[in-house]
Amino acid sequence: MSDQMLASTRKGLFSVGRSGSGRWELAGRSFLGDNVTLALADPRDGSWYAALDHGHFGVKLHRSGDRGATWTEIATPAYPEPPAGHEERDALGRLIPWALVRIWALEPGLATQPGVLWAGTLPGGLFRSEDFGASWTLMRGLWDHPDRRAWLGGGADVPGIHSICVDPRNGDRVTVAVSSGGAWRTEDGGATWTCCSRGMRAEYLPPEKALDPVLQDPHRVVQCPAWPEVFWAQHHNGVFRSVDDCGSWHEITSAVPSVFGFAVAVHPADPLTAWFVPADKDERRIPLEGKVVVGRTRDGGRSFEILRAGLPQENAYDLVYRHALAVDGSGNRLAFGSTTGSLWVSEDGGDHWITVAEHLPPVYAVSFVR
Amino acid sequence: MPKVIFTANLQRHVPCPPCVVPGGTVGEALENAFAAVPRLRGYVLDEHGQLRHHMVVFLDGQACSDRRGLGEPVGEAGEIVVMQALSGG
Repeated sequence: MSDQMLASTRKGLFSVGRSGSGRWELAGRSFLGDNVTLALADPRDGSWYAALDHGHFGVKLHRSGDRGATWTEIATPAYPEPPAGHEERDALGRLIPWALVRIWALEPGLATQPGVLWAGTLPGGLFRSEDFGASWTLMRGLWDHPDRRAWLGGGADVPGIHSICVDPRNGDRVTVAVSSGGAWRTEDGGATWTCCSRGMRAEYLPPEKALDPVLQDPHRVVQCPAWPEVFWAQHHNGVFRSVDDCGSWHEITSAVPSVFGFAVAVHPADPLTAWFVPADKDERRIPLEGKVVVGRTRDGGRSFEILRAGLPQENAYDLVYRHALAVDGSGNRLAFGSTTGSLWVSEDGGDHWITVAEHLPPVYAVSFVR
Repeated sequence: MPKVIFTANLQRHVPCPPCVVPGGTVGEALENAFAAVPRLRGYVLDEHGQLRHHMVVFLDGQACSDRRGLGEPVGEAGEIVVMQALSGG
């Protein structure tokens, strides 16, 4: 079980440690005052990575070999120059820059692939590093795919890759998800890609486009480590699940109290169990009735429980972003952080929750250190 | 030779004291300043060498408008100031 986690926030990176049964405390602070959009604790060598967005000064990546005591800036993914005279616009006529806007996903390769990292970015480029982030290569097979030009921004002005699932059976087999551009799969380490979001449905699109796999807006996609043919998605339109390795997706309509949200976590050993943090769909994006709850299914989505013990049940308006819900390797410990600076942890699969912090900066991402 | 001064807010991330460097244009002077602190380049310019969207460069008190080429000629006593394009409060 994990005794440490990282909370990436608008004003710094916080490490949180377990100091006893049910007791978690802020233990470390890095980049105070800076916008940390994402962090990765690499289980292969213990390195930590932090993605920063300095606004004026651009996006940066830092690496720590001593659990956050010291950091070294490493290379950031860089987009190539577009072809001469090329001005790219999305389907709605808005400019798509060939330049890094944000790092929105950061995942390690397998243990058999030391040094391999994947970075998903806005405006839609996927990058791979083979040297611990010292250099990055744009996956041109996806960037140059003609269907990429159909992607749209979802919550941002430009499209972005937010989910990267490296298949535990084969590190060259990677699935990514895009807001808004569906899910995509490579079988050859990133050279070639096919869309794999058939079955997702976007009710908000014109009816003839609602089932178009390339136009879907999965907010977050996760893969069950022990049953890697099973994927869960929290989609803009609701909850979806695939049990055939993304060959098809089916919609789950039984999620309560709402099918809308951003985050999903799947139990590492049980493909039937997943957690969600629902919100009032979708124009309001706040907890229903001011109550923060977690939705859990343990039967593959046939039924859901509403978990609320230890969570605020009145006047709470916390929203949980797509990277801000995490489960550890045991499946017992979960944590989530909110836009209003709260951080909660559970040590029993979500049955009970402990408040770790109530006054953090807005939380963008939470991850366990393994 | 021209003098290059960087905003104090940038000093928090990368050491960049004022420097005197050769250069006939704003871009040449900045590149020579970056040569001493290579990491500085990515904080001022994007991956294509263009001035970052929310940065501004003043030459002798005048904002430079050539954001891609930074081709404004600089005199021997020119002063280049690299700042954030601040707005709001």
